[in-house]
Amino acid sequence: MPSLPTPITIADRAKERSTPRRPTGPWYSQRRQEATTAWAFISPAVLIIIGLSVVPVVWSLLLSFQADDLVTPSVWVGLDNYRALAEDPNFGQAVRNTLLYTAMYVPLSIGLGLGLALALNRPVKLVGLYRTLIFVPFVISPTAQGTLFSFILDPEFGAANSVLHSLGVSPQGFLTDPAQALLVLVGITLWSGTGFCVVVYLAALQDVSPSLIEAARLDGAGRVRLLRHITLPTLAPVSVFLVLWQTINALQVFDLVYVTTKGGPLGATTVIVYFIWEQAFKNFSAGYGAAAAYVLALALLVVGVGLRVVRGRERRRLEGATS
Amino acid sequence: MITTAGVSQRTHRQAAPASGPRRGGIRPPFSAWHLLLAPLALIFAIPLIWLLLSSVMSDAEINRFPPALWPSGIDLGGYQYVLNNAGFPRWFANSLIVSVTAVVANLVFGALGGYAFARMRFAGSRVLLVLILATMVIPFQLTMIPTFLVMKRLGLIDTLGALIIPSLVTPFAVFLLRQFFLSLPRELEEAAWIDGCSRLRVLVRVVLPLSRPALSTVAVLTFLATWNDLTWPLIAINHDTQYTLQLGLATFQGRHHTKWAAVMAGNVITVVPVLLAFLGAQKAFIQSITSSGLKG
Repeated sequence: MPSLPTPITIADRAKERSTPRRPTGPWYSQRRQEATTAWAFISPAVLIIIGLSVVPVVWSLLLSFQADDLVTPSVWVGLDNYRALAEDPNFGQAVRNTLLYTAMYVPLSIGLGLGLALALNRPVKLVGLYRTLIFVPFVISPTAQGTLFSFILDPEFGAANSVLHSLGVSPQGFLTDPAQALLVLVGITLWSGTGFCVVVYLAALQDVSPSLIEAARLDGAGRVRLLRHITLPTLAPVSVFLVLWQTINALQVFDLVYVTTKGGPLGATTVIVYFIWEQAFKNFSAGYGAAAAYVLALALLVVGVGLRVVRGRERRRLEGATS
Repeated sequence: MITTAGVSQRTHRQAAPASGPRRGGIRPPFSAWHLLLAPLALIFAIPLIWLLLSSVMSDAEINRFPPALWPSGIDLGGYQYVLNNAGFPRWFANSLIVSVTAVVANLVFGALGGYAFARMRFAGSRVLLVLILATMVIPFQLTMIPTFLVMKRLGLIDTLGALIIPSLVTPFAVFLLRQFFLSLPRELEEAAWIDGCSRLRVLVRVVLPLSRPALSTVAVLTFLATWNDLTWPLIAINHDTQYTLQLGLATFQGRHHTKWAAVMAGNVITVVPVLLAFLGAQKAFIQSITSSGLKG
C-alpha cells in the first residue's frame, strides 16, 4: 500500500552532502561520461523550462516597456504602460473586483473546509461517501462549472429561479445582475474549491496526536478546549499553507469568468487576468497586457514570499534550527 | 460503495468525543451526525445530478416556465445534436491527444531530469536545479504573451503542437520525481551499476518500479491540468477543428445558449473522463493532491 509520499523536503540534501562519496569504483572513474549522460537526461526538461519560462519572463518585462500589437514591430515607450495602468479606471476596477473576490473566497473556503473536515473526522458510516461527494466538484473544469451554473442560474430557464418561484421568491438575475454576479462567482468557486480544503484538513487531522487528546481529556478538558488548544494549533501550518495557496489561486481566476460573464455585466466581474487577456489578445495591446501581468506577478510574489517566510518560521519552530 | 481506507482506519481515535453521551453498546446504530452531513454532502452533489438529468431532458421540458425539475423520460436529443452537429467527437480526440501526450512526456522527461538531478554529478547541476525550482513560482499570465509569440514564430498557432509543446514537461514533475528518487536507498542502484547496467537501465529497471506513488502523482496532476485547461487553448487556437473539449464547450455554449440540453450533454462528455479517472483512482488522486499541497 503506497504510503503518503514524503518527497518534498529539502532536509535530505544535507544528508546527501555529508555522506562521503566512494573514491573508487565506477561511480568515480567514469565521471566525464557521466556528465554527458546527465546532460542528455536533463536537456529536454531544461530546454522546455528555460525556453518557455525563463525567456518569456524576460521577454514579458521588455514587452511591458513597449507598445506592441503582436503584429507590427514594437515601439519603446519606457514606463508609459505602467503610468497608463495607474490611471486606467478599468484596471482599477479589475484590481478591486479581484481583491473583493479573494477577500470573500479565501476565508469562506477555508472556514467551510475546516468545519466540514471536523464534522467528517469521526467514526460514522458513509463518511467516505460524504467526503467523495464534497471533493468531486474540485476535479470538474472551470469551463464545465461555468456552463453548468450558467444554466442552473439562467434567469429564464434556470432551475434556481424555478425553485425560488415555488418558494414564492421573485426571480433573480444572478450572473446577469451587476450587484450579484461577483458573489455568484464566489459561490460557484466555493462549491468546487471547498473540497480541496476539506481533504487537506482531513489529512492534517490525522497528525493530531491521540495520546495528547487522551491526556488532555483525562485532565478534564472539554470538547471546545480540546479543539482550541490541541486540534487547531496542530492545524496551524496547514492553515497558513491553505490561506496562501487559495489566495494565489483566487488572484489568478480567469476561466470561470470567461465562461460565465466575460467580465460583465458592466465590468462587475472583470478580474485582473481577464483584463490582461482582453488587452493582449482582444485589443492587441500586448505591451499594456504584459505590464498588467507584471503588476499581478509582483502581487503574487509578495504572497509567495509571505508563504515561504511564515512556513519557514513554522518549520523552525517545529524542528529546531536544523536546516 | 465509495469509502476510503484512510477514513475508516481512523475510527478508533476519536470515538468518544464524537457521539456525545453513550447510549450503551459499542457503536450506536445511527449517528445524529448524518442529519448534518448528509444534507451538506447533497448540496455538493445536486449540481452534478442536475447536470446529468438536464442532459437527457427534451427542449420542451427545459424551455417551459417554470422548467421541469425531473425529466419525464430519457431524451437523447442533446447527445445526438452535439455528436452529429457540433465538433465534440473531434474535440474529444484533440483533448485526449494533448493530455495523454503531456502525461507520457512529463513522466519520461520528468523521470530523466529528476534522476540526473538526484543521482548524477555534473557541472552546473545546482544552478540549473535552482533555476528550474524558481520557475515553479512564475504565474502563467507572465509567460503567456511571449509563449504565444514563440508559437506564432514556430508556425504552430492553430495546431495541437502549440498546446502540446508548453506542457511537455513541468518543473513540478522534475522536482517531485527528484525528491522521490533521493528518498530511495542508493544500494540497489549501486548493485545494478556494478553489474554493468547503464544509467538508463538502472533508472528503468530499478528506480522506476519503486517510484509508482510519485509517478502516479505526476500523471494524475498533469492529466487534470491539461484536460481542464481553458486559458492556453483559448489563446493558441482559433480554428474549431483544433479546439480542445474545454474550448469547444465554452464556444458551443456561447453560440447555443438556448439549446441547454445539448450544452449539458456536451458538458457531460467533457466531465466524464475526469470523473471516471477520479472515481477509479480516488485514493491516489486525493493523496496526490494532499501530498503535493501539504508539502509543495
